[in-house]
Amino acid sequence: MSNDGKLYGLLIEFESASLLMAAAAKCRDEGFKNWDVHTPFPVHGMDDAMGIRGTRLPFIVLVSGFAGLGIATLMQWWMNAVDYQFIISGKPLFGIPANVPIMFELTVLLSAFAAFFGMWILNGLPRWYHPLFTNRRFRRATQDRYFIVVEAKDPKFNLEKTRNFMADLGGSVVEEVNESAED
Amino acid sequence: MKSSVTDPFDNTIDDPTKPVELVLGDHDLTSVTELVSDIVLERKTPLAWYAAFAFTTGLTGILFLMIGYLFVKGVGVWGLNNPVSWGWAIVNFVFWVGIGHAGTLISAILFLLRQKWRTGINRFAEAMTIFAVICAGIFPGIHVGRVWVVYWLFPIPNYQAMWPNFRSPLLWDVFAVGTYATVSLLFWYMGMVPDLATFRDRAKGRIQQIVYGVLSLGWNGSHRHWHRYEKAYLLLAGLATPLVLSVHSVVSFDFATAQLPGWHTTIFPPYFVAGAVFSGFAMVGTLLIPARQMFGLKSIITLHHLENMNKIILATGSMVGFAYATEFFIAWYGGNPNESFAFINRAFGPYAWAYWIMVTCNVITPQLFWSKKIRTNIPVMWVMYIFVNIGMWFERFVITVSSLSRDFLPSAWAYYDPTIVDILTFVGSFGLFFTLILLFIRFAPMVAMAEVKTIMPIADAHSGERRSVGDYHGDIPKDVRDGGAR
Repeated sequence: MSNDGKLYGLLIEFESASLLMAAAAKCRDEGFKNWDVHTPFPVHGMDDAMGIRGTRLPFIVLVSGFAGLGIATLMQWWMNAVDYQFIISGKPLFGIPANVPIMFELTVLLSAFAAFFGMWILNGLPRWYHPLFTNRRFRRATQDRYFIVVEAKDPKFNLEKTRNFMADLGGSVVEEVNESAED
Repeated sequence: MKSSVTDPFDNTIDDPTKPVELVLGDHDLTSVTELVSDIVLERKTPLAWYAAFAFTTGLTGILFLMIGYLFVKGVGVWGLNNPVSWGWAIVNFVFWVGIGHAGTLISAILFLLRQKWRTGINRFAEAMTIFAVICAGIFPGIHVGRVWVVYWLFPIPNYQAMWPNFRSPLLWDVFAVGTYATVSLLFWYMGMVPDLATFRDRAKGRIQQIVYGVLSLGWNGSHRHWHRYEKAYLLLAGLATPLVLSVHSVVSFDFATAQLPGWHTTIFPPYFVAGAVFSGFAMVGTLLIPARQMFGLKSIITLHHLENMNKIILATGSMVGFAYATEFFIAWYGGNPNESFAFINRAFGPYAWAYWIMVTCNVITPQLFWSKKIRTNIPVMWVMYIFVNIGMWFERFVITVSSLSRDFLPSAWAYYDPTIVDILTFVGSFGLFFTLILLFIRFAPMVAMAEVKTIMPIADAHSGERRSVGDYHGDIPKDVRDGGAR
């Protein structure tokens, strides 16, 4: 790959999950901020090896679930007890038991939307172009190989030092990845 | 039959000292990827696929023809009469919704229960769920009579300034099935994204690269993404678990809240859910056995997977049988003459033939699965699945029609017969279902590759030691948890 153009970062490939795990722990201890591990499946225990903290996704889902519950309650109350009253066999215009099924369904529906869309938004996806996609070797990241990428924008990044550091991680050759394939 | 001891690929032998091999045949990450993605990307479409597709699209055509005829003529083209004003449309609706339950059970409940074997079959079962719910959704949509005002089912402002009645179980049904379809679709698609990315990276054709590229949303296997992805997956599984139990409960409320003898029972929700899981697993098996055979997936969807499914069929089938017995007991013990009559009429009245088909297929034949020989014999189990599919359709028929046709007043009784339009519509819905299944097999990752990889020994980051318990989600090995302090 040509070396001209703006550098995105350095890429290194690993053969096995155990090598990757040890290398990731070293990168974490080195103090990098803008780096990532790419694997074909979620590697068990990698959160700790990388030092990733928990996500706020559950909180978003909880709030959305309550929103769904609130919407369902208000909707049923407004539609059946206020705006268009159903007067049937002397039953109260608004009673919780008859409204429980739809309260439950809308709670689940909005929570599920939050979990699904929240996850993609927090992950910054969809993002159909990524500098890593210009690297042919990287195509195996979704198949059978493991990668570590340290981005050039990391405050601790120094081309020579970082390259030497990565070369000692126990993976294959360190490769440079540019921001775009053309420039 | 093969001897189960000498066959080296038999992973159905119970040995509690060793974890079960769920992926057979010395697979590594590369070969699993190839095995699954080559079906879509490399292999030529088998001729049998085209033949099957032509046949099922023909049936789908019949479905839409029958729906068109119904719309033009009205519901009189069906065999409905007074008192049987709910006929095959509701029977088919309940049948198809029930089928869907197996997919959600496998993808959500077995996930929460850390059943690793689910990874081989969950994608296929989830696809089946969505297609079954599509087939189910057609029937209430077309049976409303005045289809041009079908939007009255939803709380949409209309010219009469009228809102739907939220105390009606039929409206609960709209919300329950709508939520179920939506959440199942999100869950299915989200699970598929990493595998679609694998397809994108392996595709050679330009069109394939673009289509799978767009669908995979730019997934690049980043662990920071996986971290949130797994959390979202866990949350969706947690949400889908009560949801799937609620859907068939709500469907059963359509019957249980009515005053009719034979319907008005509190046993309906659990009994319907058990029946739904029962019928759904049978349908998954019906489809999986030919699929694993045809596409060489026997090393991923192993005999152990099928045996586990058969155990679930045995358990839920026994629950259904128990529910039938309980209904009879309560009909006698409750002392209500109308209720007793409804049940005696079911078993010995004009619909006795349907009742005994139901009992034979749902209660008697599944008991054969107590035998390990039968549970692990593929042709026999396939025949049993067909029996269950038939039996569960008849269960819904018996519940719906036998109660309606003979209610409180003998002068109002009438026998119900379906018309040819009823029959062709139902047959056509199978056409739609199988068409969608065939398209799925041809164009989507049939096995959840990324998930299967996580249960392979090679995926373990701590080489040498094998974890015998737990799944990849949530539980962190102790050494990492202690050693990996930040």
